[in-house]
Amino acid sequence: MFYREAGDFKTNYADDNQTFPIRFDRYRYYAVMLFAFGAVPFLINDYWVNAIFLPFLIYAIAAIGLNILVGYCGQVSLGTGGFMAVGAYACYKLMTAFPEISIFIHVLLAGGVTALVGVLFGLPSLRIKGFYLAVATLAAQFFLVWLFNRVPWFYNYSASGQISAPERTVFGIAVTGPNTTAWAPYLFCLVILTLLALVARNLTRGMQGRKWMAIRDMDIAAEIIGVNPLKAKLSAFAVSSFFIGVAGALFFSVYLGAVEVGEAFGINQSFLVLFMIIIGGLGSIFGSFAGAAFLVLMPVLLKNVLVGGLGWPTDIAAHLEFLIVGALIIVFLIAEPHGLAQLWRVAKEKLRLWPFPH
Amino acid sequence: MNDMSNDSFVTDDGRTIGGVVMEMKNITLRFGGVKAITDISFDIREGEIRAIIGPNGAGKSSMLNVISGFYVPQEGEVWYKGAKRPPMKPYQVAQQGIARTFQNIALFEGMSVLDNVMTGRLRQMNANLIQQALWKGKAEKEEVENRAFVERIIDFLEIQHIRKTPVGRLPYGLKKRVELARALAAEPSILLLDEPMAGMNVEEKEDMSRFILDMNDEFGTTIALIEHDMGVVMDLSDRVVVMDYGKKIGDGTPDEVRNNQDVIDAYLGVAHD
Repeated sequence: MFYREAGDFKTNYADDNQTFPIRFDRYRYYAVMLFAFGAVPFLINDYWVNAIFLPFLIYAIAAIGLNILVGYCGQVSLGTGGFMAVGAYACYKLMTAFPEISIFIHVLLAGGVTALVGVLFGLPSLRIKGFYLAVATLAAQFFLVWLFNRVPWFYNYSASGQISAPERTVFGIAVTGPNTTAWAPYLFCLVILTLLALVARNLTRGMQGRKWMAIRDMDIAAEIIGVNPLKAKLSAFAVSSFFIGVAGALFFSVYLGAVEVGEAFGINQSFLVLFMIIIGGLGSIFGSFAGAAFLVLMPVLLKNVLVGGLGWPTDIAAHLEFLIVGALIIVFLIAEPHGLAQLWRVAKEKLRLWPFPH
Repeated sequence: MNDMSNDSFVTDDGRTIGGVVMEMKNITLRFGGVKAITDISFDIREGEIRAIIGPNGAGKSSMLNVISGFYVPQEGEVWYKGAKRPPMKPYQVAQQGIARTFQNIALFEGMSVLDNVMTGRLRQMNANLIQQALWKGKAEKEEVENRAFVERIIDFLEIQHIRKTPVGRLPYGLKKRVELARALAAEPSILLLDEPMAGMNVEEKEDMSRFILDMNDEFGTTIALIEHDMGVVMDLSDRVVVMDYGKKIGDGTPDEVRNNQDVIDAYLGVAHD
């Protein structure tokens, strides 16, 4: 089975509009889904889940969210960490206030709360663009972290100032707290990621996505065809913040379990997610996955090779890790400024003809 | 053709021209102390091709910007479909059914030709965010229906072969055509064209003229255009407004305008006292 579109005729517009128009792509997607849902849960242990799968799944959600705002709507944001913190704290407050309600609902509600906060901090985007907007969202980042540090109500007046996730279950199986098995949190995050990725794809291939991209490419022309800039930008902030809030809620409740806001959701987090979408590819859902995978896997891989394989001391390996990841980022961006998604696209173009030259 | 009545009539070549769809009444537009437009009135009738001509800096583009809502005139009124139009934002004007193209192309470079033309259907697609997120019901139905309409426009303007190409990769002439397609996809009541033939060679101009005439003929689109190429203007348009230094110096059929002494002076030049 080769990567071919010849003979794969579309006879109606619905077929032509689908997410994977080429049959081979579609089958590969089904295969990946089957593997992720059917095989991975039986193969993984605690190390794999905590080192790779959970961070990858959660960062992928955050990256898709940020990509909607930056890659599709063209509004630069450095507030990702702050918005993830909103999601985490909203989830914490909800979990502790209504313990009988499912964590699944809490996570989605936390996203909703973050969407509202995102719209609020998105208001300056109506007046300012580009770097200036980035600075304005930076203010959101610092303000939100300060807020969660200073107002004890948010961390339920705990002595340490930290928040920690109590045990919550889905269908009777623990997904948060200390008594989880490896596969439960993994499947929980995977289900949410799959749903949200589908939503993101549907939004970006339809009229809403076109409105966002119109604003990104030329806001004056967008207005002249009837796009209300206020609605388009704020909806991008809302949807993007929803995704990021869900990611923050999962990051806190499922992945870390206990969080100190300045450490977990600082400015580093904002930059990390931004790097993911730049390396992965702006304006591409696949790019969000690729970027998240790259930045989560690379350090783990390097550590295993340097410490495990070559037997180097841990501290030297840790420093080298920074150097190598940094260098790789530069190499990738020089080779392909549009990110891994573009590399993937070019590879597919080539594959389409391979092994014939034309 | 120059009678001021509001009745519809049929032209020599068999097109029906209806009543007044847009009327500009005594428009004056100032930028600080500079008067860009001084006390100009004219109307646009349904189904006609209306040209606005004049030397550089005459205020033609400003006039178009007043119509499409970028500028709000200090004095005067814009009447649209029999009602006075309050000051509105460009996107509201677009939602009322006035589409336009720009002198220097304003397309979405990162999107495919198809997506660019689909954005023209904005007014006809109103599924909400939830429906779109699930790609169910109204959202899916609208997407397919409007795609069918857009394909008609794409066929009409002969850009099928570049349907899925990103606009950024296209040459100038094709971009102009895509921009026209986007404006036409909106099924506008009035289509404003700002120098549709700027920077084109003779063949491309011929193509474009053909599209403008066919558009008017087939879809009955009302067109108001600014153009510098006199031959084109005189051939295409039903009525012509001539502007010079922000004032209206002539208005009528191409023949009337051609023989107007003020117009001749403005174009050939006389000593201004």
